Amino acid sequence: MKKYIDTGKKDTRSGFGVGLLKAGQANPNVVALTADLKGSLKMDAFAAEFPERFIQCGIAEANMVGAASGLAITGKVPFIGSFAEFVTGRVYDQIRQEVAYGCTNVKIASSHAGITLGEDGATHQTMEDIALMRALPGMVVLNPCDFNQTMQATLAAAKYNGPVYLRFGRPSVPNFTPEDEEFVIGKAIVMNPGTDVTLIATGHTVWESLQAAEALEAEGISAEVLDIATIKPLDEKSILDSLRKTGCAVVAEEHNHAGGLGEAVAGVLARELPRPLVFVNGEDKFGQSGTPAALMAAYGLDASHIAEAARKAIARK
Amino acid sequence: MKTNDQLKAISTQVRRDILRMVCMAKSGHPGGSMGSTDILTTLYFNEMNHDPATWTRDGNGQDMFILSAGHMTPVYYSVLARAGYFPAAELGTFRQMGTRLQGHPSVRRQLPGVFQASGSLGQGLSAAAGLALGKKLDKDPNLVYCLCGDGESEEGQIWEAGMFAVHHKLDNLIGMTDWNGQQIDGPVASVAGEGDLAAKWEAWGWNVIVADGHDFDSIQQAFALAKAGKGSGKPAMILFKTEMGHGVDFMAGTHKWHGSVPKPEQLEDALNQLGTTPLGDF
Repeated sequence: MKKYIDTGKKDTRSGFGVGLLKAGQANPNVVALTADLKGSLKMDAFAAEFPERFIQCGIAEANMVGAASGLAITGKVPFIGSFAEFVTGRVYDQIRQEVAYGCTNVKIASSHAGITLGEDGATHQTMEDIALMRALPGMVVLNPCDFNQTMQATLAAAKYNGPVYLRFGRPSVPNFTPEDEEFVIGKAIVMNPGTDVTLIATGHTVWESLQAAEALEAEGISAEVLDIATIKPLDEKSILDSLRKTGCAVVAEEHNHAGGLGEAVAGVLARELPRPLVFVNGEDKFGQSGTPAALMAAYGLDASHIAEAARKAIARK
Repeated sequence: MKTNDQLKAISTQVRRDILRMVCMAKSGHPGGSMGSTDILTTLYFNEMNHDPATWTRDGNGQDMFILSAGHMTPVYYSVLARAGYFPAAELGTFRQMGTRLQGHPSVRRQLPGVFQASGSLGQGLSAAAGLALGKKLDKDPNLVYCLCGDGESEEGQIWEAGMFAVHHKLDNLIGMTDWNGQQIDGPVASVAGEGDLAAKWEAWGWNVIVADGHDFDSIQQAFALAKAGKGSGKPAMILFKTEMGHGVDFMAGTHKWHGSVPKPEQLEDALNQLGTTPLGDF
């Protein structure tokens, strides 16, 4: 089992903040917009270094999306930042019309995604955003797993020409991927090679899947762990290569079942390589208030649930 | 610069184009299009700094225009074609399979002159504000224009954009409202109650100008006042009093022609009322 060292817990949103600053330093066209969530999105450093390129929009997300589209048309590379719910569900039509259909180079920085937003409760915890963004033609959907990968994904999003949905979170979580590993859009990362089952994970569930793989190893089960940092376009080849070897899989995501990574993987397998598949996700529920760790456990998204799902998948082979 | 008589002739041709386009497509929105024809003709032929030959979507070095009330594509496409962005003959493809002249503005088929997709109402003014801010960041002295509907102004996003443009001192943004008092379901006052649009825009801090949208002198005076506001730190909103379906007696002043198409005998009657122009039909 490949060993990963947690170099210190950090929030992925801070990875975005560092990535945004670096992207701004590398490209004078990068601008950042927020709807009264500069601090929450960790945009302070960018705003301090580039005050003219930081655009405060106030609590008016719909206008923020449209203004970003206009800035993009003039050649800017706008990052719009808010909580995941408020840069997806609240402004879905604006993103559809002015970003996706309008072919504008807007980057949607989506923080506090999923249930680990925690104590604010279900009004602010979106578990549907991946489904919404996946449905848009041409939208790239990124969901990096830790601080370092989020920083690198931000740099990759800035370089990519086209709409990008970049999803990250609020809580401090292990930071374990290499600081300098370039993020390649559309490429899955084999975090651990294995032969008995494939654990397909994205975002916060990547670390949980690595913990599950360790537990399974102690039982003599060899689990391959795939980090699907790009949900769309999906790296179908890496998934199929892995399933040809292991013969079964678990898909773990901090998102509801409908339209999430699980359904995306199921679609690929149904078409190309039908194999047992077990889903670890938020099913068809809303969240609630609680600590991130307590919510991950209560909604069945942590390492122990992923390991249990792996045993079920193997039993169905 | 066109004289008022020349503008009048172009507007007459544009109204002929609008009616013939929607009748050929058997769909489209002639009412608002005919009501805003004199405004857009004046804008593209006398007011905007633009050059179809060097047009690019980034609008660099030129004025830009967003049609927020995106259903008014008949007038938009006709004015663009008559201004030289694409051949007038292409107007005959409006709303047909494979056309660049989609029912609502699209950038997917690279139709020259169109900067942004629009038509989901309430969104264009935000995009225009972004363009204006982009020009400020680039130190491009050109202007951004945006045409909204009064019915469209029931959308909350219009007022978000109103706040944003003032906060960011976008005095290079000239908004226009086609103030015809009509929307699909009837008079605006009977549908959602428009209130005093001028007072609303003034309260948001815009430089508000009210003009007669069918009087070329009044239209040009309004643009002159709006342009003079550059440097004031305030965006301008011109409220153009217009008549839906203007120019044809049985179409004028009613919401009934918002999205309906004349029958063949009605088209003949309408074209006779408008008369012909030296520009000729497409």
